[in-house]
Amino acid sequence: MTVFVPLMGTLVLAGIRSLQLAGRLNLGFCATTLAAALGLALRILQGGDLTGHGFHVDAFNVYLVVLTAFVGLTTAIFSRPYMAHVCREGRVTERRMRLYHSMFQGFLFTMLLALTTDNLGVLWVAVEGATLATVLLVSLYRTPESIEAAWKYFILCGVGIALALFGTVLVYFAAQHALADPSRGLSWTVLYGEAARLHPTVMAIAFVFLLVGYGTKVGLVPLHNWLPDAHSEGPTPMSAVLSGLLLNVALYAVVRFKMLVDGALVASDQPGIAGELMMGFGLISFLVAGLFLHRQRDIKRMFSYSSIEHMGLMTFAFGIGGPLATFGALLHMLVHSLTKSAIFVTVGHASHIAGTQTIEQIRGLIRTQPAVGWGLLIGVAAIAGFPPFGVFTSEFLLLSATMQSWPWLTSVLLFGLVVAFAGLFRHLHPMVYGKAPEGQQPVAANMLPVMVHLGLVLWLGIAIPAFLAHWLDQATWLISGGHLL
Amino acid sequence: MILTQLTLVEQAVFVLAALVLFLSFSILAQARLVAGIHVFAWQGAVLAGATGLVALVDGEPHLLVSAGLTLALKALLIPWMLHRLVRRLELERHLDPLPRPAVALMLGAALVIFSYWVVVPIERLELATTRNILSLSLAVVLLGLLIMVTRRQAVTQVIGFMSMENGLFLAAATATHGMPLVVELGVAFDVLVAAVLFGVFFLQISESIESLDVDRLNRLSAWEDEP
Repeated sequence: MTVFVPLMGTLVLAGIRSLQLAGRLNLGFCATTLAAALGLALRILQGGDLTGHGFHVDAFNVYLVVLTAFVGLTTAIFSRPYMAHVCREGRVTERRMRLYHSMFQGFLFTMLLALTTDNLGVLWVAVEGATLATVLLVSLYRTPESIEAAWKYFILCGVGIALALFGTVLVYFAAQHALADPSRGLSWTVLYGEAARLHPTVMAIAFVFLLVGYGTKVGLVPLHNWLPDAHSEGPTPMSAVLSGLLLNVALYAVVRFKMLVDGALVASDQPGIAGELMMGFGLISFLVAGLFLHRQRDIKRMFSYSSIEHMGLMTFAFGIGGPLATFGALLHMLVHSLTKSAIFVTVGHASHIAGTQTIEQIRGLIRTQPAVGWGLLIGVAAIAGFPPFGVFTSEFLLLSATMQSWPWLTSVLLFGLVVAFAGLFRHLHPMVYGKAPEGQQPVAANMLPVMVHLGLVLWLGIAIPAFLAHWLDQATWLISGGHLL
Repeated sequence: MILTQLTLVEQAVFVLAALVLFLSFSILAQARLVAGIHVFAWQGAVLAGATGLVALVDGEPHLLVSAGLTLALKALLIPWMLHRLVRRLELERHLDPLPRPAVALMLGAALVIFSYWVVVPIERLELATTRNILSLSLAVVLLGLLIMVTRRQAVTQVIGFMSMENGLFLAAATATHGMPLVVELGVAFDVLVAAVLFGVFFLQISESIESLDVDRLNRLSAWEDEP
């Protein structure tokens, strides 16, 4: 039900001409999806895992399902007036708006399918489908820059995801030699149950391919090149969902495979190789992206690099393993998605006010339109890890986890955090406080999604509600095999 | 491994797989666009033949379906679409020569050796044929990557991309006797959509920069530098 509402939305919205109606229907579909997702979450939390008909839902993925549906809805709320504004400016035609609305739902469909499916092959198909759904949206404005960005996105992600398919084939190959019923060799639940019998060397080789493949989509350095381009050239609602959701789903795929590989490698001489690979890639991404923050001139590119930085941090944390790091990574996934999509929404308004995305020309937001200026300021404070926001909590957990298992890496992490912090604020300060250019006018901004998201992040930073902590703890137990609480 | 110990059909599958690799090399070296598309079509046909043979040996009907799909998509539909686009954009006589053919081919050979090296640890697990074909298909994937890196033309890049996909198909069909049907169908659907999107992109790129030379897509890298 959760999965198929957006599919219906894709088909229906492809046929609707009226812009007004399409925007409203888009909202309606997103709201229905969220309601269905919440229903599903309630069933999981009360009754345990659900498996069947090729789907598998447990505490880990249902939390991402709810997050995806929620951010989808708030982005739809933002996208309606935003895209109408873009349309009035004449940057897109009506036919492309139809494409936009249809593909928005198509994207949500592939995301939810990737999250809920039990079949690793279908997971691959859905992640590739997400690329295909969004690639035309990146080039929606048809400027040479946006076409270049989309081409890069398409080619790089296509190559990456092809390597991931090779990894999936290898996993299936290993499964055929270990399982009594080889036709079920792509079912994650079956493989997880039998993980210890999978051939360790084949699984280790497969994981390298899978990490590079899905890692391209996570945006791990050195395969991150597509990400800032695609995020900065596409329409802003797209940047919000790409940064907030797509990266999560790709990381989700990596973590699922890591669980399998860890199971297969338990008895071998290198039981932690998967985790160490993830830590290495994660740490490099984290540091490189932090340094690149300083060199940016385009506001959306800057926040894309900040996404790479945070995804690197999460990959690192999942790599450490153990209940504390895993719990921190899950919480970080949640707060990062909420904060980052809120920031992109604010940035969309800010670039409408200034009429440009160049950082140097965006000035004095707080004078022209206080709501947008404050939104941006608070959003960036939250993403940089200021207390009392949720990002601070999760980063603090991650730091303590690192302190426990790899003490000497803590200083590297702290250094990276400081570098990223400086990079963000160096650009932010003049944009918010600087002198506003003559004649800069406020725009009709809908700050509701931003306030809701940032409010939630604040709440998560001050006190994580008991049911959510319990929920995340269940997911932690699934991934790392230990309870934190 | 002693080839004569294998059954005749296994030998045939092996030869076809090797042929797929050979065709990858000829795509790499081919300078003319249209000829490149033709070689790619042949690769698809050979791949379909190999899949069909495996299906007959194992008696797995769903592999026959995927062999048919491969033949229809990779050998007929996609080359035809590419051909039509090339004609529409008037690129029939266009040459996209390799900058240093000898170096590129040596690199290709090195990639083949590398993929054999990667697969060595699997050796004790499985029959010699499967191991060999696994390394052959990995080599096809890596050669596809090399084609994409060395070429500047959007059309050749797409051919490289699609021949990578061929390598994956080869691995899936021969080493694991085909993925489950739902996955095969999904993958085929994705490939088809990707091919259509590539077509759309050719038109968009050639509209915006009046050429399909992707080296000229370089505006965004300028953003990285300090003013």
